Amino acid sequence: MKNILKYTFALLAIGFVSCDPEFDSPVTDEGFYTSGTADLSKYVSVGNSLTAGYADGALYITGQNNSYPNIMAEQFSFAGGGDFTQPLMNDNVGGLLLSGTQITENRYILAVGPNGNPSPVRLIGTPTTDIANKLTGPFNNMGVPGAKSFHLVAPGYGNIAGVPTGAANPYFARFASSEGATVLDDATSQNPTFFSLWIGNNDILGYATSGGSGVDQTGNFDPSTYGGNDITDPNVFAAVYSQQVEALTGNGAKGVLVNIPEVTSIPYFTTVPTNAIPLDAPTAAQLNAQFGAYNTQILPGLVGIGFITAEEAALRMINFSAGQNFPIMTDDDLTDLTAVLQGPPFNLPASLAALLGQLRQVKSDDLIVLTASSILGTTPDPGNPQGVIGVTIPLSDKSVLAVSEQARVTAASTSYNATIQALAGAKGLAYVDAKAALASVANGGIPYDGGILTSQFATGGAFSLDGVHPTPRGYAFTANLIIQAINDTYDATIPKVHIGNYPTVTVSNNP
Amino acid sequence: MKKVLVLAVFAFASAVTYAGGYRVSLQGNKALAMGHTGVAVVNSSELVFFNPAGLVYLEDKFSISAGVHGVFSNIAYQDSETGANARTDSPVGTPLYFYASYKANDWLALGLGVYTPYGSSVEYEDDWAGSHLVNNIDLQAIYIQPTVSFKINDKISFGGGPIYVTGSVNFNRNLNRTLTDLEGNRANVTIDASGVSSWGWVASTMVNLTEDLHIAATYRSEIILDAEDGTAEFENIPNSPLTPFEDTSIKASLPLPAEMTVGMSYDFCESWTFAFDYNRTFWDVYESLDIDFANENIPDSKNARNYKNASIYRFGMQYDATQMFTLRAGYYFDESPVQDGYFAPETPRNDSNNFTAGLTVNLGEHLQIDASFLYSHFKEVDASYNYYFENGNAVPFKGTYKTNAFVPGLGLTYKL
Repeated sequence: MKNILKYTFALLAIGFVSCDPEFDSPVTDEGFYTSGTADLSKYVSVGNSLTAGYADGALYITGQNNSYPNIMAEQFSFAGGGDFTQPLMNDNVGGLLLSGTQITENRYILAVGPNGNPSPVRLIGTPTTDIANKLTGPFNNMGVPGAKSFHLVAPGYGNIAGVPTGAANPYFARFASSEGATVLDDATSQNPTFFSLWIGNNDILGYATSGGSGVDQTGNFDPSTYGGNDITDPNVFAAVYSQQVEALTGNGAKGVLVNIPEVTSIPYFTTVPTNAIPLDAPTAAQLNAQFGAYNTQILPGLVGIGFITAEEAALRMINFSAGQNFPIMTDDDLTDLTAVLQGPPFNLPASLAALLGQLRQVKSDDLIVLTASSILGTTPDPGNPQGVIGVTIPLSDKSVLAVSEQARVTAASTSYNATIQALAGAKGLAYVDAKAALASVANGGIPYDGGILTSQFATGGAFSLDGVHPTPRGYAFTANLIIQAINDTYDATIPKVHIGNYPTVTVSNNP
Repeated sequence: MKKVLVLAVFAFASAVTYAGGYRVSLQGNKALAMGHTGVAVVNSSELVFFNPAGLVYLEDKFSISAGVHGVFSNIAYQDSETGANARTDSPVGTPLYFYASYKANDWLALGLGVYTPYGSSVEYEDDWAGSHLVNNIDLQAIYIQPTVSFKINDKISFGGGPIYVTGSVNFNRNLNRTLTDLEGNRANVTIDASGVSSWGWVASTMVNLTEDLHIAATYRSEIILDAEDGTAEFENIPNSPLTPFEDTSIKASLPLPAEMTVGMSYDFCESWTFAFDYNRTFWDVYESLDIDFANENIPDSKNARNYKNASIYRFGMQYDATQMFTLRAGYYFDESPVQDGYFAPETPRNDSNNFTAGLTVNLGEHLQIDASFLYSHFKEVDASYNYYFENGNAVPFKGTYKTNAFVPGLGLTYKL
């Protein structure tokens, strides 16, 4: 009797441990969520830094874990999705080494300075990701930071020997299947059943973030002659993009194409106000007096001799007033006056002629880049307190994306987007209008359960501290957009995520 | 003494637990087998808990009951909007009880009880979807109650005594939904308070309407556990003046609500007993779980609970089958004190239907083995907790919960 009781009791005790409560319809059951007509079992993402999960000016592990493809893959796992691998960095510091020498910078963190104000600074620390340590792939996430459209089909883009010269990409060099491999081949050779393609951002972004210092290569069909900050010719884009879509759909895979947002949607271009220079009345009057002869005699004189147009003269007028003022800048698109001003009848000294050579004030529809915020209004020469950047020293052309330059960016991206949308339609692929979505984030924001997601720098939640790349929350928002498009196109029911569960900028002081 | 061995196995794991709420109705194997009725049942020193007034009617000069329950409770959570899902991996709880009664003379009995009517132990996987509300909690309260019982006559008696409570709580949650250190580890806080003690009391009466029909009432007072010198330990906090969280001491109070029980028992057909108990637990004292951090840079944590008073309806039957075996069965309906919108995952309790059974084996004149079994069935419920705030915005945590509990129990009764 005693034994029977004892053993029965012990047996019962063991049995109950496994008596888990079961839902009527568990989310983990096959069929609760469906992939519709898509097959998510092998998902490969192709793209640039956005696809890699780059944020805060660097690539690092937690950023990669919050890349939109990784978030999507986690949600795909409810609807037949398989494993998703990424070429993870070695740390959360972010910089890259090439055989021991650091070649890219560490991530930004939001640090509180001695004055009590938080601002982005680079994390101090020694990175441990050496690109000479090759990773063994293949990797589902084929996002390569820095890649332009034509780079994805460029053999040798992952050849480590080409990294120092800029001919190859250090990120791809880490995990390219061979020195001659292309990103596209390494993606298609995995035989994806489903893919995402988001490429083309860098085809305009380098030009834009450098304040239009590159060349608009529209009309030049040979990308091997392009510089890093150039705008890719739309026909080149269309050709390589079609090639990529053809290759990725070659085995019947379904997929999703994402278009290119406006640069005006990102805080890199919207944070620094164009009238950033505060002046009091005496200073303004003093400056105006210095530019008096230039405004009233030199510019009309140049119009008189037909050297510049009246419109250009008007654009070049310099005027300050008490209150907020537009800084002065150098604009490469203006007629260069340096030589003519040194000759008669102006006879200006060379240094002054050079200063006025391509000088104008920033206009309200220009865009000053984020990085200018740290130099605007400063005196680079401590011995010369009069030498103030934006007031007596012009902002460099690289700090300003002028209206004329914006027009080139818009023209190119509009053309790219037409290509992307047309291909999505022709191939029956899901299409994501990231341009419209990011415009909504920038204009009013997107409400979510913890507030409103906006593109306000550092505080808006959508953009990381480099002002260009999203935060994890921004990437989660992107993942939801793409999932929505997939669900709509393929009759799928993949669940979205709560974007409030994803972090924003990283708050930390340096050790 | 093989029985003692079995007991030892279960007593090995520590302390109290139960899946939902933090009232743990496991105060005796005989009573539990009858749906945890007992306010008007005179059959053992379990009366120290159920109704001290009844002790004086026990026939035995001296009686001891002791036992343990093994609580196997499980919570499953899912959110069909996102696919998020979680299951608790809570440790097996082993609430104990010990009662002794001594009949000093015909009209006076003395007793002592040690029992654990409140407690909770829930462990989710760290960083699960609701980790900003709770990762894990372990709450224990041990009641120690000396008791006096005296009868006016054979019809009516009174009983009661002071209650000394010693309790402890250990609670961990993430600070919010997103804060991490540079390595991506979620920032979290562990609140710990132990050796928190307080006093309360119990009073009861029993009325024997006939030899077979008893009615009775017991009131156990509210006891507030005030932790004055608890600790808060912060982990994975970024190095920044913007996140000024550092280890500090805390104050918090946790109410153990008052409970009123009225009930009856009726003996019929010689060997049958029917019992009914009605419990009213005065949960409305549990308005908010507030944690006051000593460090003034750390904002106090306020967590609305807003429980409502709740009732439990208990039914039990006992059958003296043979001289050796007494069989018992019972049922109770346990109403949740949690109101709509306050469904917090550390106590995800909705209404439950509970089924009990058990038996006593008489081993000779002095010794009994009491065994019981409880199955708690909770309906699947869609619920949310709407009082978590982020930057002033309420961020509801919602989903579907499914809970169950299996509670085998074993005890001994020794009487002279």
